[in-house]
Amino acid sequence: MGHSTLNQNQPKLARKGKWSGKKLNEALWGWMFILPTVIGLIILNIIPIFRTLYQSFFKTGAFGKGNIFVGLENYRKMFNDEAVWQALINTFKYAIVEVPFSIAIALVLAVLLNREIKGRTIYRTIYFLPMVAAPAAIAMVWRWLYNSEFGLINHILNSLGLPSVNWISDPKIAYISIAIVGIWSVIGYNMILFLAGLQEIPTDYYEAAEIDGASAVKQFFSITIPLISPTMFFVTVTRVIAALQVFDSIYMMIGITNPALYKTQSLVYLFYKYSFVEYNRGYGSAIVMLLLAIIMIITAIQVICQKKWVNYN
Amino acid sequence: MQGMKKENIYTYLVHLVLIIGAIIMIVPFIWMALTSFKTISEATQMNPFVIFPSKWRLDAFKSVIRKMNFLRLYWNTLVLIAGRVICAVLTATMAGYALGRLKFPGKDLAFGIVLFQMMVPAQIFIIPQYLMVSKMGLLNTSFALIFPGLVTAFGTFLLRQAYMGLPKDLEEAAILDGCNIGQIFLHVMLPLTKSSMVALGIFTALFAFKDLMWPLVVNTEQTTMPLSAALAKLQGQFVTNFPELMAASLLACIPMIIIYILFQRQFVEGIATSGSKL
Repeated sequence: MGHSTLNQNQPKLARKGKWSGKKLNEALWGWMFILPTVIGLIILNIIPIFRTLYQSFFKTGAFGKGNIFVGLENYRKMFNDEAVWQALINTFKYAIVEVPFSIAIALVLAVLLNREIKGRTIYRTIYFLPMVAAPAAIAMVWRWLYNSEFGLINHILNSLGLPSVNWISDPKIAYISIAIVGIWSVIGYNMILFLAGLQEIPTDYYEAAEIDGASAVKQFFSITIPLISPTMFFVTVTRVIAALQVFDSIYMMIGITNPALYKTQSLVYLFYKYSFVEYNRGYGSAIVMLLLAIIMIITAIQVICQKKWVNYN
Repeated sequence: MQGMKKENIYTYLVHLVLIIGAIIMIVPFIWMALTSFKTISEATQMNPFVIFPSKWRLDAFKSVIRKMNFLRLYWNTLVLIAGRVICAVLTATMAGYALGRLKFPGKDLAFGIVLFQMMVPAQIFIIPQYLMVSKMGLLNTSFALIFPGLVTAFGTFLLRQAYMGLPKDLEEAAILDGCNIGQIFLHVMLPLTKSSMVALGIFTALFAFKDLMWPLVVNTEQTTMPLSAALAKLQGQFVTNFPELMAASLLACIPMIIIYILFQRQFVEGIATSGSKL
């Protein structure tokens, strides 16, 4: 889009050579309207990116005092830091569980709800409910549900004759428990986006398939999936980015004395810990630069791969 | 006949799946509410397991309201939400109009900045933003809470799409009537993008309410925290008083849930718009 407006502007400017009053007037209004946002974005976002990068070359002393230039030392330390590698693995493990399940379940729900069905609004309201709850409250209630001694989930397992599970203190299981909370929280959001996408599919596609005798499952894979692929691409890209930034549920559910902390803490959790608990902002900045690089690479790969499966007709 | 029956069974199956899903979605909220009316011993009693409290006690609510000053927390949260929504809608509407309808040098650069900001994870801004607020001496203020939301790249993009989607010749008639660009914007174009403005408002409100890390970082005093941060702190203090933790969670969630149920059509449409316009 950016390029086409550029190309439209260029020849006209060249042809007229000078600024006509009308054009100057329009430019002035344009600048006035865009100025607050551009200044805000530069101060709040653009400069901070460079400041974070800059900060990552410094070692910050206690209480933010004594910035010492250390060059690439933070990065060297980071690549040798087992906790960082483990956090990277934890973050990926979380994303690999959360993203596919939250998308698949939401898509199925959206397809089921995309018809005349009794109680459609009630279902939609309930599925979206976790989205309007504070993440701290969600984390607290799930922590309570997961409680190994008194929790509802283990009680249900026990009454079915199954053994209790240490949902959030077993290092092998805890990341899945956290991903379940993530899935539960975001299903309604994904579902709403899919419902909006499904409503754009013309109904005569399905009518034609019906006449050809295609089953509901066949229709789902040959009509719904290809036609919803642009929405799916959008949801996948945004979900992956959000999942790689997981923080709230880990911060709230896994206490600092929890034995599963090492196997669940995410990159953003480490960033928060180093930057705002241990006041080592230089190291925190290096970690967040790593996160930026990872998100950029993964998003770029997804954009390149979209040609293979996303259908823009 | 046969076809009808098959259709019916299918509908029942769909309802079955949807009901099981709905139960899973709602049980945590019900459990939150049930626990908040129990005593600690009821909440932690295993034999027999207590589902409903023997008496609907308000003790846990009274206790957390005393400890946490909920009126203050609601107010702080309201200020945070209102501040960010007003700033976002105001700046994004203007910027979106400029990017979507006007021609001016530097437009591509401005749009580039907007796109770039949207691709970068928000944590990267936090340390410098914190240092700025700290330097201004405005930690533990309402301004600190609103600060990162003074402008919005996402909202600008959303409104730009809305303005670009409007018919091309709208301005021409107004220009013939002698309106200037400001008047055209206010009286002709802005009313036509109301639904996108509402969408942005709801989206901003929801994510301001859910923001946790920023409030934790800038407003560390009890009296200046919003609900999200106060809940996080509460958990650190009363790890095992489950009725109180659940009562506080319920009090924190109830206002937004009520607003959501009252305006659910706007919520759903707003979220759908914010996603599908990109």
